[in-house]
Amino acid sequence: MRPARAVANLLTLLAAGLWLFPYLWMVSTSLRPLSEIVAGELSFWPRAPTVEAYREVARTLPLLRQLAVTSAAAVAIALSQIAFALPAGYALAKLEFTGRRLVFGLVLACLLIPGQATFVPVFTLLARARLVNTFPALVLPFAVSAFGTFLVRQAMLAVPDSVLEAARLDGAGEITILTRILAPMVRPTLVSLFLLSFVFHWNDYFWPLVATTDDTWRTLPLGVALFREQGTGVRWHLVMAANVILSLPALALFSVAQRHLLRAVAGSVK
Amino acid sequence: MLGPSVLVLATFFVAPLALAVRDSLTSWDLLSPPVYVGLANYARLVASGELAALVGRTLQFALVVVSLSMSLGLALALALNRPGRLVAFVRSAVFSAYVVSWVSVALLWMWLLDADQGVFAAGARALGLGRVGFLTDPGVARLTLAVVTVWKITGFSMVVFLVGLQDVPRDLLEAASLDGAGAWARFRHVTWPLLRPTAAFVGTTSLIASFQAFDVVRVMTQGGPVKATTLLVYAIYEQVFLDLRVGRASALTVVFFALLSGLSMLQLWLMRGRGGRA
Repeated sequence: MRPARAVANLLTLLAAGLWLFPYLWMVSTSLRPLSEIVAGELSFWPRAPTVEAYREVARTLPLLRQLAVTSAAAVAIALSQIAFALPAGYALAKLEFTGRRLVFGLVLACLLIPGQATFVPVFTLLARARLVNTFPALVLPFAVSAFGTFLVRQAMLAVPDSVLEAARLDGAGEITILTRILAPMVRPTLVSLFLLSFVFHWNDYFWPLVATTDDTWRTLPLGVALFREQGTGVRWHLVMAANVILSLPALALFSVAQRHLLRAVAGSVK
Repeated sequence: MLGPSVLVLATFFVAPLALAVRDSLTSWDLLSPPVYVGLANYARLVASGELAALVGRTLQFALVVVSLSMSLGLALALALNRPGRLVAFVRSAVFSAYVVSWVSVALLWMWLLDADQGVFAAGARALGLGRVGFLTDPGVARLTLAVVTVWKITGFSMVVFLVGLQDVPRDLLEAASLDGAGAWARFRHVTWPLLRPTAAFVGTTSLIASFQAFDVVRVMTQGGPVKATTLLVYAIYEQVFLDLRVGRASALTVVFFALLSGLSMLQLWLMRGRGGRA
């Protein structure tokens, strides 16, 4: 018992160091003046703490615009996925029709197709439609989520048929059943879907990189990566200041909705 | 009710695969119309050895990521599967890396590993290792990217293992304890057999995820030095957006998709009969 407990404690300590130090070092770097970066200062506390790096990042990067584009795209995608998944999940879970198995098979198959396998043809598709570097280009490819459809279908399977029958006897139409009865009942699933989808697309780098060509629709992750690419050289305090701005919203959302996000991830495994 | 969803899924998931197959049989620079060239793109990828090199690099990267993140995730799940605010905080810290963006993680580690001013480079110098080019040495860079990926995704494997540990009956462990089984024996004979399906899930999921690695490559090394970190998806990106070779990129896409399908089959096969867990 005792050696096992000691190993567990050691691992806990090691994990705390390995996963906290990088964040703390990022913040500490962002509060240094250039001279301390050049000198390769290794003390944890900046000798002359300053927010100059944040000021300069705010002067150089169109932060507000990129924040707005990123949030708008992530919210639009998450809401659209819910709007499509509700009726589709309902049909797959509760309605009898020919071809249901086929459609469900399609949804499952799409679950296994990642964006990395489709980005070349999707890009040429959007190029033909002259949609590259537009807001729809950021949103459209993700308007429907196979994963979300699957999640909602699973949640609706758990709703007893007697509830629907009672509503139909009361003269409720399909739309009313879906929006007034089923949607509130699967609310936790919808919140999970929203959170997972929002975080994923807020953080996404790959697709916005492919779909945009200039600053008009560049998202924040893209903007910050590009900022570094365009030659910040040794000025790592600027990159880390930009990085704090980029990671803070995701970390804040995580700390607020942690229980829900963890349940969503664990639930998607079950 | 289903029509709109099916339409969008068909447009952005199914049709693109068909388009990739068609485009892979052409030579196309996006500017002039595509020209049919048969299987020339595939032949070229095989004959030049590029395909073998790409798959080899990606596989090697993926195996390092999977083995490290799985064993670390399992070890952390076992160590952190107990009550307490401090332990809960450490669990959150590990999982937080999974929630922040790849760009954040990549930039953070670029700075930590910077060969001149980076704090790890200073550590390596202090240990007498000299100047370690974590990202500039062709023999080291791929391993560096794998380790950064492990840092990012271990939180996921830990959380999944923690879920799996909830299914290990407490009285079974206590009974084994009463029979005189030590911690290792209890893990080896009680916990691990019950966790094996979870391990199969974590393993195949992270294998599939590491095959899709792109962001970490694009931000940290752009495929270099001397192609050491040019993994499959990055190569596809490079062919389209730097070399304007859509035909060759499509051929690589088709191969990539075939490989992924194989891995997904493997996952479904390993997961079969797990009461709906997939």
